[in-house]
Order: sequence, then C-alpha cells, then structure tokens
Amino acid sequence: MALGTDTLTAREVVAQRLRSGSGDPRGLVLQGALLLAMLVLLAVLVVLIGDILIRALPVFLDRPVDFLGSALSSRPARAGIVQGILGSVALIVIVALIALPIGIGAAVYLEEYARDTPMARLIRTNIRNLAGVPSIVYGLLGLAMFVSTLGLGKTLIAGGLTLAVLVLPIVVITTMEALRAVPGSIREAAFGVGATRWETIRSHVLPYAAPGILTGTILSLGRAFGETAPLLMVGAIAGTFTSTSVGDMLNGSYTALPTIVFDWSGKPQDEFRALTSAAIVVLLVVILLINATAILLRNRYDRKW
Amino acid sequence: MTVHTPVPTGSPAEHEPSGGPTIRVMTTPAAIDESEGIEPAASALATPPTFPPEEVVFELDGLSCFYGSFRAVRDVSLQVPRNQITALIGPSGCGKSTLLRSFNRMNDLIDGARIEGEIRYHGVDIYEAGVDPVEVRRRIGMVFQKPNPFPKSIYDNVAFGPKVAGFRGNMDQLVEESLRRAALWDDVKDKLKQPGTALSGGQQQRLCIARAIAVEPDVILMDEPCSALDPIATLRIEELMRELREKYTIVIVTHNMQQAARASDYTAFLTMGEDRAGHLVEMAPTEQLFTRPANRITEDYITGRFG
Repeated sequence: MALGTDTLTAREVVAQRLRSGSGDPRGLVLQGALLLAMLVLLAVLVVLIGDILIRALPVFLDRPVDFLGSALSSRPARAGIVQGILGSVALIVIVALIALPIGIGAAVYLEEYARDTPMARLIRTNIRNLAGVPSIVYGLLGLAMFVSTLGLGKTLIAGGLTLAVLVLPIVVITTMEALRAVPGSIREAAFGVGATRWETIRSHVLPYAAPGILTGTILSLGRAFGETAPLLMVGAIAGTFTSTSVGDMLNGSYTALPTIVFDWSGKPQDEFRALTSAAIVVLLVVILLINATAILLRNRYDRKW
Repeated sequence: MTVHTPVPTGSPAEHEPSGGPTIRVMTTPAAIDESEGIEPAASALATPPTFPPEEVVFELDGLSCFYGSFRAVRDVSLQVPRNQITALIGPSGCGKSTLLRSFNRMNDLIDGARIEGEIRYHGVDIYEAGVDPVEVRRRIGMVFQKPNPFPKSIYDNVAFGPKVAGFRGNMDQLVEESLRRAALWDDVKDKLKQPGTALSGGQQQRLCIARAIAVEPDVILMDEPCSALDPIATLRIEELMRELREKYTIVIVTHNMQQAARASDYTAFLTMGEDRAGHLVEMAPTEQLFTRPANRITEDYITGRFG
C-alpha cells in the first residue's frame, strides 16, 4: 500500500482515539444507584432529627433552664430532667472507673503478654462475640449478678456495674487494636537496648497507643450513656420520688436520661410528647459531644508509622 | 582495605573436630548438587577459623534455629572474634537474620521460635536456664534493617537505654558522647528536643546506632543496617563501623557483597539446602573469602552466578 494522503499519522491516530471516548454508561448507572442509597440514608437522618427538633422546640423556647433544672413531675408544665442528667453522669463515672482499668488491663495482657495459643485465640474471638450480645442480656446478667447475688439492690452502683460489663468487650477490642497499631519494630528497639517487657510497654507501647485507646474508650462511654434496656432491667426508674442528689441515688432509686425518655414516651398526656422530644435532644447533644471529643482527640494525636 | 586479623591458630585441618560441622555441611544433598566436583580437601579448608579463647566473643556450637517445626538455620558452628567486624552473607531466606537475632535472644519475642545447640558468649551459654535475656540484650545491642527511632525527641531516644539500665551519671554528657561516637552530634546538637523521626533515613540509622551504644554494650549486631539507605548514607555508616570496631565487636548481616568486602574483617557465607534451612558454607578472613574461596558455591555466589 502506498503512502497516500489518506494514511493517518501516528499523532492523528492518537488524537482520534483519545477523543473518541463514549463514556461509561454502566458505571454512571451504578454511581447513580450509590448516590441514591446515600440520599435515602441522609433523608432518614434529616427527618428523624428534624421531627424531634420541631417537637422539642416549644419546650426549649418556653423554659429551657427550667426544663434542665427541674425534677421529674407528673404535671407536664413542671416536669424536668435534672435527675436524669445527674444519674446518667454518675453512671458514666462508675462505668469509666470500672470498665477502663479492667478493659485496658485485659487488652494489654492479651496483646503484649499472652502467647499466641489456641486458648488465647478462643478468648479473643469470644470477646468479639461478647461485644455483639444484645444489651438486654447484659441487663438480665446485671439483675441476677449485681442486684440479687451480690445484694446491691436496684441501686446506681448496680446500674453502673451492669453498663461497665456491657462496654467492657468494646474497650478491650478497641484497646487491642490500638496496641496492635504500634509497630513491632518499636518493641524490638526497646528490647534491643535492654528494656524489660514492662518498661517497653510503659515507656513506648502504651504512650503511642494512648490516642487510639482514648478514642475507643470515649466512644464506648457514649454507648453506655445511651443504653436503656439493661438499665430498665436493673431498676433505673423514672418515678417522681427519685431523689435529686447523687448521694441518695447511690442508696435508693435512681434514673437516667434514656430511662426518662422511655417512661415519658408512654405517658397519656399530649404535653409529654414535646417533653420526650426535648429529653431526646439533650441525650443526642451529649452523645454528639462525646463522639466529637473522640474524633478531635484522634485527629490531633493520630500517628503515621 | 586494611584487614586486622588475629592469626588463626594453626591450620584448619588440625582444628577440625571429629565429625565436625563442615563435613556435615558438605554431605547435605543440596551442597553436593551445587558444588559438584569439590574435593574433600576443599571442604577441610572451609572449616571456620578459630581464635585464642580470650579473643572469642561468640562461639556457636551446632546451632539450629526453628520457627515452630520449620528449621530456618541448621547446625552452624563458628567463632566471632573480639573487636572485629564479622559479616554474614548469603542469598535471601538463608537464615542470616534469624541467626543474628539468636545472638541476643531477640527471637525469644517470636512465638514458637527456639534453638538447638549452643551460643556461648564469653563462655556462657546465653540460652541456659537462669540467664536473663534483658541483661543479654543490654550487653549485645542491635541495629535493625529499617531505622526505628522512637517517636520521641532525639535526646530521649538516646537516653532511654541508660535510663532503664539505671544510669545515674550525667545524662546530657552521655547523650552527647553517644551521638558523637555515632557521628551524628554535629547534625543534631541544636535540635535535641526535636523528634527523632523527623531526621533523614541515614541520620535515623545513626541515631539508632547512638541509641545502641549509649548503654555501653560489648557487641553490636547489625541486621542489614544500610538496606534502606542511599549510597552516601551507606558509606557513612560503613566508615562509622570501622571506627566503632576499636571499641566494640560487630556482627553484620548484609545483602550487599561489596559492603561485606569493604567493611568486614571476617565473612561467613551461608546458603540453604533443599529443606530451606540455612547452613554455613564457609567462614574466612574477608580478603581470603573474596579472593580465594574454598568452596565452589561460595565462588559462584560472590561472582554473582547465583543468589
């Protein structure tokens, strides 16, 4: 074939090919479907939060301080959530005091000390399973164990212990993950200059894993803050006689924010609808703050290896 | 290249133990396959050099290393002389690093790792019951393949070892001295509070060397210390090794044969058999191993015909 004028040069061929793209129709369809899924999720969230905010608005407009600072009451116009706030905060403190040392300790043992035996693997797997056990089961456990067997009664301590047991597997798992993220080369470096196992863990592994551990444990506290079912089992009640002092709650009846939401949502008077929504808003804001703290800490101290 | 060698005592033949390691090495099927035609006399030449007892830092006696049921190193017997640089060379996966890490019980940290045979350090079997591996590692320091400074300040990187060893003297002075000996002081003297991880790769590795010598060890083990470094940083570390040799005994694993030839006094060549277990082929003064290897496999390896 002779080289005529109709022969394309390499440049022309390349240009033609590069510009002949017809797009990727199947890819576009899929992208659309994915976008739709995301929009459905977003819509649910917006409707849910929007609906609650609108219902709660009158309460916060009429008596914002009064609502947060007043005691429970059967008369909607005077009802507040002060016992719920106090009770929930006290519960979280108990959970933190109990679940964090035990959970972090167990995780350090499993990650840093325990040999990789079938037994250790079985334990690790089962801790993951424990994290998936429905919370009502922990409520039953708390009722049998803390309220009855240990004779603590339906007190704040029993509630706190129950929630601590509930979040323990989560604390263990997140701590183990944070410890695993510290590279083995760091441990070797410490051992290599003659550090003992404990010196290596105390001076290097734990400090470098601390942001991850902190993030995970704070998130688990947020989980404990929102739990309702186990608390109902072990006796958090929303009676009008619930004391407004934490000291009394330790010995007698106590309540928590989610319990109040549950109780009020079942009340016949219409006015309680708005109050329920307002209590939910308070609950959500607290959980949001807890999670935001965790995210801030993670972003601030996140380490690339 | 200057090679300072204590003269090996006597000819190798005189020192060959009955049924000695070299014979066993040579009778492995793989060794025979690959070194076809080697006379028995040649294998006798490959007996590792021996040294007067006071010059011997490590003595390996029939050492095998296992990971679970897998044997990574088979039956290595050799001596490491004092204030010399001994290089371990050989193809990838021949167990050089495993062997090196058994010198300071670093493999203890790996589940399922164990040894058979003996490693005597100044005459003491370091795997014997009652020997504290922490004390072993204090005396036998290590520099790793990838620079691994702690994500702490340069100062704290160097000071950590002495601190856990209970050092009560002038820490500032010790840190400066260690950094000077690692040829890093001039680079970092104005930024001791900055993180060690912010240094360049070569500087990080010198920081790791400073960290290792801060605890005043007797031996420094180096596991391919230059494999992550550029040629200039590599040369800098090699110069440093020559300086450090005055005070320390150095054992280095290297992939780089030029590095072994340039920087070491003695070289041990390992390869692996068909069971994938590494074994010692020969050990000799570096110049001799690279110019007059006693073994065909060694010659093939150093001339680049395999590995």
